[in-house]
Amino acid sequence: MALKSIRQALNEGLAQEMRRDPRVVVIGEDVAGGAGSQGQRDAYGGVLGVTKGLFGEFGESRVIDTPITESAIMGAAAGAAVTGLRPVAELMFCDFLGVCFDQILNQAAKFRYMFGGKAKTPLVIRTMIGAGRSAAAQHSQSLYHIFTSVPGLKCVVPSNAYDAKGLLIQAIRDDDPVIFCEHKLMYDLRTEVPDEPYTIPFGEANIVRDGDDVTVVALARMVHYAGEAIDTLAKEGIECELIDPRTTSPLDEETILESVERTGRLVVVDEATPRCSMAADIAALVADKAFAFLKAPVKRVTAPHTPVPFAPSLEKLYIPSPERIAEAVRKVHGYAR
Amino acid sequence: MQLSREELLKAYRDMATIRQFEERVQDEFSKGGIPGFVHLYAGEEASAVGVCMHLGPQDQIASTHRGHGHSIAKGCDPALMMQELFARKTGLCGGKGGSMHIADLDRGMLGANGIVGGGPPLAVGAALTAKTLGRNTVAVSFTGDGGSNQGTTFEAMNMAVVLKLPAIFVFENNQYGEGTAFEYAVGSRDIAGRAAGFGLPAVKVNGDDFFEVHEAAREAVERARTGGGPSAIEVDTCRFYGHHSGDAQLYRAKDEVRSLREDRDCLKHFRRRVGEAGLLDGAELDRVESEVAALIDHAVEVARAAPPPDPEALLRDVYVSY
Repeated sequence: MALKSIRQALNEGLAQEMRRDPRVVVIGEDVAGGAGSQGQRDAYGGVLGVTKGLFGEFGESRVIDTPITESAIMGAAAGAAVTGLRPVAELMFCDFLGVCFDQILNQAAKFRYMFGGKAKTPLVIRTMIGAGRSAAAQHSQSLYHIFTSVPGLKCVVPSNAYDAKGLLIQAIRDDDPVIFCEHKLMYDLRTEVPDEPYTIPFGEANIVRDGDDVTVVALARMVHYAGEAIDTLAKEGIECELIDPRTTSPLDEETILESVERTGRLVVVDEATPRCSMAADIAALVADKAFAFLKAPVKRVTAPHTPVPFAPSLEKLYIPSPERIAEAVRKVHGYAR
Repeated sequence: MQLSREELLKAYRDMATIRQFEERVQDEFSKGGIPGFVHLYAGEEASAVGVCMHLGPQDQIASTHRGHGHSIAKGCDPALMMQELFARKTGLCGGKGGSMHIADLDRGMLGANGIVGGGPPLAVGAALTAKTLGRNTVAVSFTGDGGSNQGTTFEAMNMAVVLKLPAIFVFENNQYGEGTAFEYAVGSRDIAGRAAGFGLPAVKVNGDDFFEVHEAAREAVERARTGGGPSAIEVDTCRFYGHHSGDAQLYRAKDEVRSLREDRDCLKHFRRRVGEAGLLDGAELDRVESEVAALIDHAVEVARAAPPPDPEALLRDVYVSY
C-alpha cells in the first residue's frame, strides 16, 4: 500500500466520489482559484492544495469558485443539498464560522428534524482547525466542540491519512450535514492509504495503542502528541491505552467507557479551550457512566481559556504539549486516595 | 399577457384561500388552538400568487416567517398546513416545525424560515442545483423589506449574479420590519434599486395589482429559465395584521389598517379589474369564496381532531440511522 499524505488522501477521496456521483460538487473560495483572472485557472486548488487538480477533471460546474462570501457559500450548499446535489463546501478556516453560523446552525442542521423527517441535507463542510502556525486568534481555533453541540450536525476530526480518506467518503455519502475538520499542520502527515475508495463508519473510535494502566483520549494532532507522551511513559513502566474517537458526533462512548472500566484512569487531551469542550464532555461522560470504576480523578489537558496568541513562544505554551500530557498521566497513575 | 378564464379563477382561488386561511388562523390563534407564534400574510396575496403561478412543482421557493401565503401559492395542502399549525402528528412537518417552518419539499417549498434573511442563500443553492444538474427549474427567494437589509441577502444576490443562476429575489415590502418602518430602516428607500446595484435586473411593482406582479414575475421567471440569470422584484404591499398575531400595532397610524383594507386590498382590486373587463362576474368569484370557506372549515375541523405527535417523535430525525 502506498504512503499518502492527508492532503493526497483527501484529494483522492474527493475525486473518487466526484467520479462516482455527478451530484457531488466542490464549492468555496479558491477551491480552484484564479476565476476571472489572466493567469492560471487552477491557481490554488484550495488554499492548502487539497482540491488541486479537481478543476481540470471536473470543470467549473463542479468545482465552483465563489466570492469571499461564507454565508452564501454555506447557505447555497445547504439549499443545494436539500434539492438534490451533494455539495462539499469549504469553510476555509473554522474560525470563519463566525460569519456564517446561521446557515449551519439554524438552516442545514435543522431541516431534517424541523421538516418532520422529510428533508435530507447531504452536505459536507470541510474546514481547517488548529494552532501552531502563528496564524493568531482568528485563524487557529479548534471549534469542533461547537459543531458537536449542535443536534443535526455530525462532526469528524481525523488524525491520519487513512482515516481522513475513509471518513471523507463516508461523509459525502451521508445524508446529514457533516462538519469535516482538518488540522492545518497535519496535511503532510503520511500513512498507508489504499488506492481504492473505502469508508469508515462514524461513531467508531480507533484504539491507537493498547494499555491497561491509563486511558488517554485524544483528537487530531493531539493523538500524535499523546503518542509521544505514551512512548516516554512506557519507559517509566506506565502502559496507556490511546483512543482516537475520530468523530465527535456521533461519539463512540462505548469504546471509551470499556477502556476506562479496565484502566480506572482517564486523561483527555484536547487542543480546544477547556470550557464546554470535548475534554469536558468526555470527562462528564465517564463521571456519569463509569464512576464506580474510577481510581483517580479525570484529568483534562487542554488549551487555556484564551484566544490563540500570535507569538510563537506563547502559542507553544497554548498548545498542549507531550510533556503536559505525560505529567497528567503520571498524576492520575500515581493518585492515591 | 392575457390570462385564460381558468387561470384567472385559479389566481383568485389561491388568493382567496390565503386570505381566508389567514383570517381563520387569526381567529383560531386568538382562541388558543394554535401554539407559538403566527405571522399573517393577509394583504400580500397578490405577491405570492402572482409569482408562484409561473412555477411548477419542480421549481423551488424559499420563504420567510410570514410563509403561509407562499406555501398555499406553491401548492401546499391548506389542510395539512392547518394541522401543522395546530401541532399535529399529521401536519406537513409532523408537528415539529410549526408555522415558522412549514415546508413541503415535494412541492418545491423549501421552508418558511424563522431567521430573517435566512432564505435567500438557500434559494441560491436550489438554483445552483438546477444549473448543475441541467434541470430547467428556477428558484425564488421571498424576503421582506426587513430581510432586504440582511447581509445574507446581499451575499446571495451577488453570488447568484456571479454564478449566473436561475434565481429570483422577491422583496415583499410590506412597509414594516416588525414595528420599524421601511422608510426608517432601508437607507436608500429603494430595495429594487439596491438590488440592481448587485448587477441584476430589478423592478418595483404595485403589490395591490395582481396583474402587475404577475407580469413582472413572468419576465423574471422566463429570464431565469432561459439562462438569463437572476432578477429581483420589489413588491410594494401591505399587511392587514401586525408583525405577529397579538401584536398591538401601536406603531401604526390611527385607522391605518382600516384604510389599507379599503384602498389596498389586492383581492378587491382583482375583482374590480376582472369585472370591468368582463372576464369573470361577481357570482363566479363569490362561488369561489364559498368553496374556499368550506375548505378552510374542513381544514380546521380535521386539525382540531388530529392527534399530537407521538412522544417517540422527540428523538426521531436528528441523525440518519447508520
